[in-house]
Amino acid sequence: MDMPAPDLGVISRKGRIVARLRAVLPADAVIDAPEELRAYECDALTAYRCPPLAAVLPRSTEEVSRVLRVCWEEGVPVVPRGSGTSLAGGAMPTADSVILGVARMNAVIETDYDNRFIRVQSGRTNLSVSGAVEADGFFYAPDPSSQLACAIAGNIAMNSGGAHCLKYGVTTNNLLGVTLVKMDGTVVTLGGPWGEPSGLDLLGVVCGSEGQLGVVTEAWLRILPKPEGARPVLVGFNSNEVAGACVSNIIKAGILPVAIEFMDRPCIRATEAFAKAGYPDCEALLIIEVEGSEAEIAEQLARIKQIALAHDPVEFREAADEDQAKRIWLGRKSAFGAMGQINDYMCLDGTIPVSSLPHVLKRIGEMSVEFGLDVGNVFHAGDGNMHPLILFNANTPGDLEKCEAFGAEILKLCVEVGGCLTGEHGVGIEKRDLMSVQFAPADMEAQMRVKDVFDPKWLLNPAKVFPLGASARRRAG
Amino acid sequence: MRPSSEAELAEAVAGAKGPLLVRGGGTRTLGHAVGEVLETGGLSGVQLYEPGALTLVVQAGTPLAEVQAVLAGERQRLAFEVPDLRGLLGREGVSTIGGVLAANASGPRRVQVGAARDAALGVRYVDGTGTVVKNGGRVMKNVTGYDLVKLMAGSRGTLGVLTEVSFKVQAVPEAEATLVVEGLGDAAGLAALRSALGSPFDVSGAARNAGRSLIRVEGMAGSVAYRIGQLRDRAGGDVTVVNGEASAALWRAVRDVVPLQGKPGEVWRIATLPTAAAGIVAGLEAQALWDWGGGLIWLLLDPGRGAEVAAAVAGKGHATLVKGQGGPVFPPESPEVTALVAGLKAKFDPRGILNRGMMG
Repeated sequence: MDMPAPDLGVISRKGRIVARLRAVLPADAVIDAPEELRAYECDALTAYRCPPLAAVLPRSTEEVSRVLRVCWEEGVPVVPRGSGTSLAGGAMPTADSVILGVARMNAVIETDYDNRFIRVQSGRTNLSVSGAVEADGFFYAPDPSSQLACAIAGNIAMNSGGAHCLKYGVTTNNLLGVTLVKMDGTVVTLGGPWGEPSGLDLLGVVCGSEGQLGVVTEAWLRILPKPEGARPVLVGFNSNEVAGACVSNIIKAGILPVAIEFMDRPCIRATEAFAKAGYPDCEALLIIEVEGSEAEIAEQLARIKQIALAHDPVEFREAADEDQAKRIWLGRKSAFGAMGQINDYMCLDGTIPVSSLPHVLKRIGEMSVEFGLDVGNVFHAGDGNMHPLILFNANTPGDLEKCEAFGAEILKLCVEVGGCLTGEHGVGIEKRDLMSVQFAPADMEAQMRVKDVFDPKWLLNPAKVFPLGASARRRAG
Repeated sequence: MRPSSEAELAEAVAGAKGPLLVRGGGTRTLGHAVGEVLETGGLSGVQLYEPGALTLVVQAGTPLAEVQAVLAGERQRLAFEVPDLRGLLGREGVSTIGGVLAANASGPRRVQVGAARDAALGVRYVDGTGTVVKNGGRVMKNVTGYDLVKLMAGSRGTLGVLTEVSFKVQAVPEAEATLVVEGLGDAAGLAALRSALGSPFDVSGAARNAGRSLIRVEGMAGSVAYRIGQLRDRAGGDVTVVNGEASAALWRAVRDVVPLQGKPGEVWRIATLPTAAAGIVAGLEAQALWDWGGGLIWLLLDPGRGAEVAAAVAGKGHATLVKGQGGPVFPPESPEVTALVAGLKAKFDPRGILNRGMMG
């Protein structure tokens, strides 16, 4: 993974830059000691590390604005950071960059149940947004699996999804407005609690722009009343094709479960050995969750059962009580940990059309043999968002490179069948060099022009998203 | 001009000598753009439809009615309930699917499923230089690169001419029912809508029309009956339940702003906070239709009251003049946003030929 050579001019001015940052921020908000900067050398893509020039932890929009103004004047790249849970290297610094962490900005500014929104500072964690409204019967819908730790700022940057977005959508569908600070320090309000854009939908393009257009400091988020209840069922099949057909027929029948999760045999076995959830030993397994009152849940599950039984499942398991429901989810929720017990793993995130599922799983199986690396598949089946987990050994020389090459082939396959490189994790540095598989030069040029408008000097998170070759001229200034 | 392919359309834009007025069916065009008419109707047809994946890819000039018929054949639909504004605006013509997305045209169900922009999965468009660009795709979860789909949605042809659009579609539910609440004043009637939207009963419409508050639920028959029962118990006033086609008719009237059709005066469309809705209308003493639980207000006013409208919504939302003479049509933006919009227009359409002057 190449990163651009750091600007030695910037590094040589570290003393002056840190002094200017100290002049506009409280003393405890600027970090420049090498041992303390180690905490910011990577995010959840831990294979790549590089300590930044400095890190700042502002507490307000005003402080963020001052930091960015200084960095803009000094020509210093800035890498925004939520909680550092990016699997794509979205918050990975370079040696000449300042990390701007929003972790101290975690307040709830306003809660309005009558108008169904909450306004928070962007460093607040995803789960604690729901936590702030839970007692009053509301929740914030997007639920990435890192929700205990990940920040709303990062969710907005990556347009995060989660297991329940089949019904509730992803971050962009639940984001009403933001306060954004541009690289030159200008503070801009986009959207607002009423949700409807007044002109061009700038909020829509800021969401998912991976911290390259501005630093979001505050956000208005849609909150929803909690459903009365929810319950999963587990269905096992002896072929991926049949499991895929079952998903398709449930959707065609007009049933909208909140989640349809899919696990393949390698993943089921690894999970079972680890979590002992009592899953059947079969080729493919679906966990389908529906919501509503007791009667509504029963009505939907009866319909799902009817469809599933027509596909000759090896098992159809209903949850009689809360405990059994938890056991159905236990294996799925332990899947990443289970794979991690076996070996190091890389988690991919491509999306495919649901109809291509059997073909793609078959090809991944063949490639697994070719590359000599095991892979297990966990999958948001309702929306086609795959999470192949490739196992490798970080201590074996060459294994990481082989794993990355395998991963790249899987993502190319996703694009080939009509899907995309990333469904919810973002491009970051991880998939940056594969962008040209999905996009023609003109497509990327159109996107980069948007950055030209928001950040003409290309100082914000500059070495991400676009292949380095494609962005070189712009980054050079 | 009426090109019959994306390549022809790109050529037409690249070779344009002056401003172009981009038009789908011209049924919901707003603003004062001028130029040679460039119609997209020649780009027509469904490219791909996978009912089992709820995915539709269609050329931008395809008539909306054709799209709806194809979907209805599989008992599916566009979830965001496209308004037909021909009656309100006094227009003829055939709505196109590209025009729907370009206007981000969204009806009552927006409170439950979001707007057209939320259902849009991908676009192809021709920018102001004649370059073809694609963004997004046909899958439901896609965060690869910037989301220009959202930027194109609602841009009304000022950044590019849509040539192809992809949508996530929805199964037609087996049942619908509407709770009709009468005997409440506007403030209480709107509060009843907010209360329903704040309940766990998955309301898919919340409007107030002619002194009646309307609350809709859709889904499986048993579920609809259950939720309507729960909502009925919470609502004040005199309550009746309307089912099936009679319910659908109530919502078509809201969606298409039927109560304000054919009347003299100006029509404003206000997006606001639901709690501000009653006050805004009371202050202006105007005939109103409320949708989205009060978050959307259609107002009928005598001409020349734009300044009053702007003052009434200041800090609480924004107002667009959808029918009327003169004056700015779209709400003013902050200087910071105005600068960003100007910057984007200069990048996407450096000659400023696409719907020049339409959105200010």
